[in-house]
Amino acid sequence: MTNVALTVNGERREADVEPRQLLVYFLRDQLGLKGTNVGCDTSSCGACTVLLDGESVKSCTVLAVQADGGDVTTIEGLAAGDELHPVQQAFQEQHGLQCGFCTPGFVMATVSLLRENPSPSEEEIRHALEGNLCRCTGYHNIVRAVEAAARAGA
Amino acid sequence: MIPAAFGYHRAASVDDAIEALGREEDAKLLAGGHSLIPALKLRIARPSVLVDVGRIDELRYVRDDGDRIAIGALTRHAQLVADPVLERGCAVLARTAALVGDPQVRHRGTIGGSVAHADPASDLPTVLLALDADLVARGPDGERTIAASSFFTGPFETALAPREVLTEIRVPKVERGVYLKHTRRAQDWATVGVAAAVVGGSTQVALASMGPTPLRARALEDALANGADAAEAAGRSAEGTEPPSDVAGGAEYRAHLAQVYARRALEQL
Repeated sequence: MTNVALTVNGERREADVEPRQLLVYFLRDQLGLKGTNVGCDTSSCGACTVLLDGESVKSCTVLAVQADGGDVTTIEGLAAGDELHPVQQAFQEQHGLQCGFCTPGFVMATVSLLRENPSPSEEEIRHALEGNLCRCTGYHNIVRAVEAAARAGA
Repeated sequence: MIPAAFGYHRAASVDDAIEALGREEDAKLLAGGHSLIPALKLRIARPSVLVDVGRIDELRYVRDDGDRIAIGALTRHAQLVADPVLERGCAVLARTAALVGDPQVRHRGTIGGSVAHADPASDLPTVLLALDADLVARGPDGERTIAASSFFTGPFETALAPREVLTEIRVPKVERGVYLKHTRRAQDWATVGVAAAVVGGSTQVALASMGPTPLRARALEDALANGADAAEAAGRSAEGTEPPSDVAGGAEYRAHLAQVYARRALEQL
């Protein structure tokens, strides 16, 4: 076992993990943060996207020991109390989801995108979300949600 | 999917990593992990210990070295995309880094990891081969420089010795370079990739996914040197290659794609 200490959603968390423990299972099973989903488990679908030191990563393809000392934000860390984060708000208003399974990943990927590029074009949005798969929406409303979030200054 | 159990050593320096690689037989280096961790999860790779070089921040840089650019092996794809030195001196490499995987992968994956993993379908190794890049490795006996043309020795095999660590990639400054790839879906590996660059006055072309390693399209290059136009030269892209047949496409289809994409690359150059 290896000891890891990291900040998750602003809180300091420390635990012993096996070196093979994946960040997503550390978050879900050891910390109980089940908002981050496991979809394909092969770094394709992006359902497990979280922010590591402010950047989107697929937490099924990061070892917990690699995140040691880092700052992780999951979907649970976005809203301020009852007030949704502007990206969450935009996904709700633009109907950027149907079943919702991919949504935490899309929202985190969008937060990361808008930090790097606050006013992306539609084409840039579509390319920037290539790492996230949605089987329900056909993506149009997701793109609209990202545009709305960008306009709202998310 | 859970990897088989392994030990873990976080290397404090390159020398520490070299030392740690020597302590156990099946030790494996971990950089960004975006090729290795999927392989661990599928249990294709079962190292006894991972030597994590991911914290060695002094191997993250892009430096102007006069007529060449030196890139630290742990520089992440996303850094390459945004680097002004690379944009000015070897834009083809920055633009190719922007095509690797997807944003999440580019935030973690490193150029050195991609090169050392040596996937024959990989984008950056193909561009480095077209550029005649030099790869710098450090091991117990010191440092040596390996030409890209002799670095890739087989699928997922390189000239690196078991205890060598790839530390730096050196590329020439080029004004004209292009990399095109055909994928079935976004974020797929290249069914075929073509890198073309003008290096020291001659046009050099390399192919991804057309054999067991990235390959130089020598017949195409010779044709160009002998005055052939783009279409005529591109027709010779597949000569001397051994394209695989798999779910992404058959060998014949790949040979066709190589010709089409080589012509487009030469026309855009």
